[in-house]
Amino acid sequence: MLSLNKVSVGYQNVKAVDDVSFELSVGQIGCLLGPSGCGKTSVLRAIAGFEKLTEGQISLRDKLVGAKNNHLEPEKRHVAVVFQDYALFPHLTVAQNIAFGLHGQNSTQKHQRVMELLNLVGLPGYGNRYPHELSGGQQQRVALARAMAAKPDLLLLDEPFSSLDAELRYELAKDLRAILKHENTTALMVTHDQHEAFAMADVIGVMNKGRLMQWTDAYTLYHRPASRFVAAFVGDGVFLSATIDNNNKMNCALGVFPINPESGFKQGDKVVFLVRPDDIIHDDESETLAKIVDRSFQGSHILYQLELQHVGHARVLCLALSHHDHQLGELIGIRLDLEHLIVFADNGSD
Amino acid sequence: MKQINWLKNWFNVWFVGIAFGCFILAAPIGLVFVSVFFPQTEIWQHLYSTVLSDYIVNSLILAFGVGAIVIVIGTVLAWCIARYEFAGRKQLQWLILLPMAMPAYIIAYTYTGLLDFSGPLQSLLRETFNWQYGDYYFPEIRSLPGAIVMLSLVLYPYVYMLARTAFSEQPASLEEVSRSLGVSPSKHLFKVVLPLARPAILMGAALAMMEAFADYGTVQYFGLSTFTTGIFRTWFGLGNGLAAAQLAAMLTSFVVLLLILEYLSRRKIRYYFQGQRAQQVSRQKLVGRKAFWVPFICVIPVFFGFILPVLQLFTWALKTYSKKLTSEFWLLLWNSFYLAAIAAITAVILALLFAYGKRLNPIKPIKLLVGIVNLGYAVPGTVIAIGAMISLSWFDIKLNVLTENWFDVSVGLVFSGSLFALILVYSSRFLAVAMHNIDTGLARVKPSMDDAARSLGYKPLQILRTIHVPLMKTSVLSALLLVFVDVLKELPATLILRPFNFNTLAVRAFELASDERLMDAALPALAIVSVGILPVILLTMLMDKPSQHSTQVK
Repeated sequence: MLSLNKVSVGYQNVKAVDDVSFELSVGQIGCLLGPSGCGKTSVLRAIAGFEKLTEGQISLRDKLVGAKNNHLEPEKRHVAVVFQDYALFPHLTVAQNIAFGLHGQNSTQKHQRVMELLNLVGLPGYGNRYPHELSGGQQQRVALARAMAAKPDLLLLDEPFSSLDAELRYELAKDLRAILKHENTTALMVTHDQHEAFAMADVIGVMNKGRLMQWTDAYTLYHRPASRFVAAFVGDGVFLSATIDNNNKMNCALGVFPINPESGFKQGDKVVFLVRPDDIIHDDESETLAKIVDRSFQGSHILYQLELQHVGHARVLCLALSHHDHQLGELIGIRLDLEHLIVFADNGSD
Repeated sequence: MKQINWLKNWFNVWFVGIAFGCFILAAPIGLVFVSVFFPQTEIWQHLYSTVLSDYIVNSLILAFGVGAIVIVIGTVLAWCIARYEFAGRKQLQWLILLPMAMPAYIIAYTYTGLLDFSGPLQSLLRETFNWQYGDYYFPEIRSLPGAIVMLSLVLYPYVYMLARTAFSEQPASLEEVSRSLGVSPSKHLFKVVLPLARPAILMGAALAMMEAFADYGTVQYFGLSTFTTGIFRTWFGLGNGLAAAQLAAMLTSFVVLLLILEYLSRRKIRYYFQGQRAQQVSRQKLVGRKAFWVPFICVIPVFFGFILPVLQLFTWALKTYSKKLTSEFWLLLWNSFYLAAIAAITAVILALLFAYGKRLNPIKPIKLLVGIVNLGYAVPGTVIAIGAMISLSWFDIKLNVLTENWFDVSVGLVFSGSLFALILVYSSRFLAVAMHNIDTGLARVKPSMDDAARSLGYKPLQILRTIHVPLMKTSVLSALLLVFVDVLKELPATLILRPFNFNTLAVRAFELASDERLMDAALPALAIVSVGILPVILLTMLMDKPSQHSTQVK
């Protein structure tokens, strides 16, 4: 459905998007995730046709729509966009907004489609209201209905939840996913919030400094990050340093672990490996002691920040059941339980 | 018990002061409407059978003609400045506002001098083509269409300013939505851009039309029969003050209709852009032929509305200044300046009183009273002047009867025959201008700041000195300046109410022009125009400040 091949976008001399390639198939929901300024919105705007490419190609339904000297105008791409600020037309009613992009239909057909969409987004009877009379979440759903009205080939969503209350976001993300799946809409959204991405997307791409670091599903992203940036950006975790010993095992402050022989690390290599909070098990039997330096109560669990008593005084996070209630400064026993070992060469940077 | 508390809440020094101030300011206008209850059957029959329909039809044609033209000029200019980037755009931005410095009666007589039979243009045509009188057609400037063009040339900035803000505030995403939905640019223009700007455009047009209804100088100079000239004629020609006041009431009701339209537009603007603080549309850089045509089109209204008439005034002034720069001119200048200064200070002090009163006692009756006096800007100067004249002369007569009975002396016309009458009328008419600025300034001093300062141990007077005065300084100064210039330009009320033998620049320029001494009128006219430029500069500075959310109206 959508395919990007080595796409680059530049403003003046700055490369906002650098060599990005990925594909989305029909009905899939993709998500570009990354810190602000990573170029994810530029990718979205390039797909919509608001930005021209400096390199690479974009194809929709196997038809080339964007290349360096071959730019199809946005109005001809059949790609709909839901903007961050929704961009509803304030002088038109909800129904008029939704019908705005319906061309070449008579008024009965338009009316029918508008009613269909209002039902779909859960706002039946709101057709005659004006945008300013609606709440933020309702405005978002109107923007969605307007974008979906003409059955676009692809729906783009730019930070769709950023102007909504935090409590609402997860709920709306689930609703939105249900609507998109119901209509079998192919969609691509951008966000900086990984929880939104996990709740919405079938496939997620992490971007940093204009580059696409990894394009895969949420599980792989969390448990098999392809780079140190992805590992640090997705989920909580710390890197601990270790060295590879002569048995091709990894030696670190918390013990010795076997590594995948195909990883290519040699004896004496300095490496770092990722420790997630759920990898550290609180175990009173364990001889490895760590000092509690910070704690935050989260209801059923307590997230402890621990300082290892070994060399380096590295800090790790530990998610313990909340009846294991320890105070700051206490020493508690811990054990490392690594299900997936994620190792990167230690080149001194994050 | 409850009732007593309620009374106590209302009845304090602020309320009494504000109510008294409002009463005095609104009395002249109120009186004009009261006059309706004293029917002058005979004179109305006469008016009805002769000139009344002229008054109504001409005033309406004038106002709507001006409205239509300013909408076209203002919207086109606003679009070019808001959406295109071209060489000279920055300079044009403030050049476009300059015609605001030009009172309509001055531009009217300047063009009369330029376009008359003996004027330079027709003389040139006759010489070049060897025509004689009657050989050719030339449009008569002293006509209703002429007056419409003259007023439009100086009033289009109202629409321009409001429309420009409306165009540049439309978020960029609206255009992108239309494009991604496959909507053509022209459909986007007519379905989204213009409907969204419509309230702002109509609001500007309503303001310009109010000025057109109120205009006296231009129509009088062109010899047209409209409401304002009719009021003068009824009073000074037929000698019937009450009938004049009734005509004034009729004129005011037309203005009130416009005021309602303006109010409705304003309300719409408010909800249209509720909470939308998105990225604004970036201006399109012009290349090729358009890069020449757009600045050219933008210059046309300024050229005819300011540059050309000012050049003409300059040439006249150059010929006459040696004879005219006498003590008489300096006296005119002094009269105008001190009158305007006193009026400006009075209006600003009243505005401060009302604004603080409203802030300290945010209760309905005070808000209502302040809202009523704020409507003064909509009432034509002629109307307020008539009301003031009638009420003050009645007051003077009673006062004189009193003093003659008690002290055996006659104090003369202390109110109606002195500057007091003028100051009252100016305050009543221009209070809204001052209030608008003071309110904007006061809005910057958030009530929480007062609380914060008090909790940090400051006394109310200290708070006034250390917080309010520094924050309010610029708004008070700009309020003073704007009222000062408006008073300097004001013509009809000054004509009616000035004390005997008291002349101002505006009055003198108008009298000289009416006597066909156009050249002699140039010097006082230029003085008015050059002072009038000051608020335009102020306005450009305010408009350039991006943080300024509200648009200055005057």
